[in-house]
Amino acid sequence: MAYTYQEFAYTKPPALSGVSDGPHQVLIVGAGPIGLAMAIDLALRGVASVVVDDNNVVSVGSRAICWAKRTLEIFDRLGVGQQMVAKGVTWKLGRLYRGEREVYNFDLLPEDGHQMPAFINLQQYYVEEYLIERCRTFPELIDLRFKNKLVSCEQSSQGVAVELQTPDGPYRLEADYLLACDGANSTVRRTMGLEFDGQLFEERFLITDIVMKADFPSERRFWFEPPFHAGQSALLHKQPDDIYRIDLQLGWDADPEEERKPENVIPRIKRMVGDRPFEIDWVSVYTFQCRRLQRFVHDRVIFVGDSAHIVSPFGARGGNGGIQDVDNLAWKLAAALKGTAGPGLLESYDQERTYGADENIMNSSRSTNFMSPKPGAEALFREAVLDLAAKAPFARLMVNSGRLSVPCVLDGSVLNGEDAEGLPAISRPGAALPDAPTDDGWLLNRLATGFTLLFVDCEPHALGDLETLSVKADEMVRTRLLGSAQSAVYLIRPDQHVAARWTQFDADKVAAAHRTAMGF
Amino acid sequence: MAELVDTPNIEDRDGFYQDLLAAHDGLSEAQSQALNARLVLVLANHIGNGQVLREALDLAKSTGTEDGKI
Repeated sequence: MAYTYQEFAYTKPPALSGVSDGPHQVLIVGAGPIGLAMAIDLALRGVASVVVDDNNVVSVGSRAICWAKRTLEIFDRLGVGQQMVAKGVTWKLGRLYRGEREVYNFDLLPEDGHQMPAFINLQQYYVEEYLIERCRTFPELIDLRFKNKLVSCEQSSQGVAVELQTPDGPYRLEADYLLACDGANSTVRRTMGLEFDGQLFEERFLITDIVMKADFPSERRFWFEPPFHAGQSALLHKQPDDIYRIDLQLGWDADPEEERKPENVIPRIKRMVGDRPFEIDWVSVYTFQCRRLQRFVHDRVIFVGDSAHIVSPFGARGGNGGIQDVDNLAWKLAAALKGTAGPGLLESYDQERTYGADENIMNSSRSTNFMSPKPGAEALFREAVLDLAAKAPFARLMVNSGRLSVPCVLDGSVLNGEDAEGLPAISRPGAALPDAPTDDGWLLNRLATGFTLLFVDCEPHALGDLETLSVKADEMVRTRLLGSAQSAVYLIRPDQHVAARWTQFDADKVAAAHRTAMGF
Repeated sequence: MAELVDTPNIEDRDGFYQDLLAAHDGLSEAQSQALNARLVLVLANHIGNGQVLREALDLAKSTGTEDGKI
């Protein structure tokens, strides 16, 4: 394969060498992007964790490749965002074709003044490589254990006890909390016997990574009924290292094992890329499913990422949704372990992220219905939309080849406090604070690890142990944070979401909103 | 709040009805269905208001018979 896989060293666990091991605060099961990001976010808040994984290499195959702006902002907070953007292929333009003809194109970041691009494409193995390097900068706080496979887990009111299998035999480990970051086929979920409810769509896609020298621009291209793949759909994405991702719709009758064979894959790709020489790097076939756990928090076991929810692809809502889970959970769990959390804080992870998961599932289900219409009315209306799109602007926006991940606005969250009239909707309570350039760097980079009290065009005031930040409103800050108001005060959560906001400082109101946002 | 108009509102209703039939003239059943689907989308976009569209769907669903025949 194009990427050189390094095996991470397995070390004999302390318990099997007769050294005491634990009890630990947090056990993270799964060293994929979600588990690793979780460990880093906790470490930034001073919380130690043990990360176990049954494997000892990064992701085999590119898998999750599209990382959205909000995810990059979170990764930047974790210390790997710049590296990802430098290596990744930046894009913001999507083009939609019907047959050979372009139906329309969309710009996902039509405004300036953001540090992070709308999207980058970067193979999951690079993301994991960077995250592992970053984890290694916290030797006192992050204990990475490869080839440690979870066999069973049981929980009591005080914590969780698991049995882990290693090349040197099994051992037992105890922790206050277990974070299940072990993906769509979660062992933790299975051993706990939890239902994974949802919908299976009768559709399959062939995913192929090819290595090819070509000068395709950095855009997302999607075809309905392309000339090279009759009657079906196709997607093309550019990745670093001259790798292209090609997704081809197969329908439900296709045999996944047959379709995966090179003698069947190569002719399909040739029809698409023409005479250019290429090599196949990785092939997979996937079905479309949207499922989630009813609850993500099960006392001391908390589900994060694909173990909690899966969506059908084309919206980049799987990996990006999972990183938003991490962002949401880390500060709450850190507060719970330090004893500063209100009784509702951990529970609010469940409320806020099941809400986020439902939004992702709704969007992914709608896209799937459009891409894979059932015969009858569904096919009839899709045809109507595509026919009209040639002439009528409104129909172009109805064409649905995936509604790409945007940050979830946590409207109605129990942690949200007051809002004030005149301030712009984009930065309302529940929203991730929009980034903007300021006189001293990017706004998001200036926020504290904990809560931030942000003063826009007004005198800053100290309050308790809240960190304060003061910015002057230029045009962009005005549009995103002030609207028609003269000044504003924002209380911002550690995950950079707005907790509450006012047009003027009021110590009592800020203190009350802070308590609410801490789950009291 | 906008409400669905279900009282007479088309300027020349008999003329529109005639135009509607004429648009389908000579079409196969499949072509007719496709034309209707495009027309529904065009009209829905013109209406725009979500409440009115939901009321329109409800009105249409609550009339006719289950098998679509008299």
